[in-house]
Amino acid sequence: MADASIGLWTVPLAVLGGAIRVSTPFLFVSLGECITERSGRINLGLEGTLVMGAMSAYGVSYLTGSPWLGVLAAGITGALLGALHAGICSLPRVNDVAVGIALMLFGIGLAFFLGKPLIEPTAPRLPAIDFGWWSDIPQVRAALRINVLFLIGVAIAPILYWAFKATRWGLLIRTAGESSDAARAMGHSVLLIRLRATMVGGFLAGIGGSFLSLFYPGSWNEGLSSGQGITAVALVIFARWDPLLCLWASLAFGGAAALGPALQSVGVTSGYHLFNAAPYILTLAIMIITCSPKRTLTGAPAELSITR
Amino acid sequence: MTTDTADSAEAVGVAPAADPGFLQRYGATIEYILIPGAALIGALAAFGVFVALYGKNPLDLYFYMYQGAFGTWFSWQNTLTRAAPVILTALCTALPAQLGMVIIGGEGALLIGALAATSAALAMQWAPPLVVQIAMVIAGVIGGGLWITLSGALRQYRGVNETISSLLLVYIALAILNHLVEGVMRDPASLNKPSTREIGAANMIGTIPGTDVHWGLVFGLVCAIASYVLIYHTTFGFAARVAGGNIRAAKIVGLGVGKLIMTICFLAGGCAGLAGMIEVAAVQGRTNANLAAGYGFTGILVAFLSRQNPLAVIPVAVLLGGISASGGLLQRRLGLPDASVLVLQGIIFVFVLASDAVYGRIGFLRGKS
Repeated sequence: MADASIGLWTVPLAVLGGAIRVSTPFLFVSLGECITERSGRINLGLEGTLVMGAMSAYGVSYLTGSPWLGVLAAGITGALLGALHAGICSLPRVNDVAVGIALMLFGIGLAFFLGKPLIEPTAPRLPAIDFGWWSDIPQVRAALRINVLFLIGVAIAPILYWAFKATRWGLLIRTAGESSDAARAMGHSVLLIRLRATMVGGFLAGIGGSFLSLFYPGSWNEGLSSGQGITAVALVIFARWDPLLCLWASLAFGGAAALGPALQSVGVTSGYHLFNAAPYILTLAIMIITCSPKRTLTGAPAELSITR
Repeated sequence: MTTDTADSAEAVGVAPAADPGFLQRYGATIEYILIPGAALIGALAAFGVFVALYGKNPLDLYFYMYQGAFGTWFSWQNTLTRAAPVILTALCTALPAQLGMVIIGGEGALLIGALAATSAALAMQWAPPLVVQIAMVIAGVIGGGLWITLSGALRQYRGVNETISSLLLVYIALAILNHLVEGVMRDPASLNKPSTREIGAANMIGTIPGTDVHWGLVFGLVCAIASYVLIYHTTFGFAARVAGGNIRAAKIVGLGVGKLIMTICFLAGGCAGLAGMIEVAAVQGRTNANLAAGYGFTGILVAFLSRQNPLAVIPVAVLLGGISASGGLLQRRLGLPDASVLVLQGIIFVFVLASDAVYGRIGFLRGKS
């Protein structure tokens, strides 16, 4: 009865639910990258961090029985990879974009290597909160089964926005990103600021990875992440380095990524792969529309190599 | 007499270190060989430690790596077969690097090149094999070339970062491939692994006589040497390097930077597209998801390891081809996961980039000044 009554609404509902579910990794990676890029460095390695985070979260959750310890482990793994990135980048004449590519390949390789024995076993997952209890329609309930990590991510975005604007740390990060000379003149070590910013960025990206393996899709395998990390890096550019815009952009991307599975669930199977590529096409389209060869992007940290 | 020649022979071996002219001339070249070499050895040592922590004997590791890569004629052939596409995908990163662009989408151009080459072959089944093969080369080059030109054009005319756009295009290329291979181009007979129809045994490009190495290796060598000549011995290459060194200076002296970017990107993508064509015409015989084997990503590493020099790409690609060829032996003999090759590649990449900090700092290569 309920099933029949919603009919065509299945697709938008699935997209909505998907937007909430799928957007969480985008959200965490983009917020993390936002912090890193605001400090004047770009970390393209977050794709590798995401996969490493997913693997270590799954492993720790399996070994300890506590998914939350898994989330923590993923964050710490991410922070360590961030420290590695920042450490190599602080050497003279080392290009941060290239190091990011290297760490992307390294992180993915290491995760596949260490994660080999984790493909079989089932680890405890993160719980979901049922916000759809008021509804009788199963699709609505499915769409509103929301994970706590998503709520945490949603909360971090405005906090970060405020922190960039109003706190001493936010100001320091922005100074390092806008003019390393100014930060140095104030007596602060730019390398240290960037190290911390990259580590925090890696921490958040690692948590984004834990969501992949511990909630949705909720298992560990080698095809778990396919470019979510790199899409999120592009998303930061589109969001103009603004944490609040990162939140909206992540939701839009999550919705785009959910389109393929949603259409498949109502029987539209042709073009499935093309719909799955929707987030990448959307990213590219948005970058084409918003970038311009004549001026640097508004809001771009002046020290960022990728916008010069 | 004999002592004299012995002395002079010895002098040739030793004297250059004392001769400042030699160091001035070749110091930089020695650096370009010494530093990546040291980084490579450092990376191998670090990987040995990693494997030791995993509970395997690192000496066994090095032995089997050597065996699997260069130990026998069989492994040499395996290595060279894997090096062929990697040379080409490395050029996809190394050529745009001359203009200061970081293109990492070789994998995407490879896939599109493979699709284009397969389509050409399937459309021309009536033609004699040589015609089909030439058509496949042309289609592969154009397909891959246009794919990377897209990134170049977006950079030039829209200011879109080429690193991110080329990587996004990899995922889009993979989606297009899967869409076509599971859709209109699917061979109904391919049940478990959706594939296109076979291009036909007669149209395969075959192996170099006396070996099991396919002709793709020769394609790779020719492209690498041609790229080297283009970049270092033609006006066009000089213009490209000027633009890469200082884009404003290039504009002031009136170089058409847009045209340079388009041409270089087309050539770069064409190389990767050719790699895709080779994988179809020499190995797979058809297009399916197997083609996304990561040659494009290994190519990025090779390009950086050879410091974006098209000629240096050849030995480095053979080396990396050897590492990936030894993966199977490591899996069988040491029980290491197949991803160990990826880990080693990642470690090498990190070490090589970190070694950038050392250039110009080795005292004895700079003389006493």
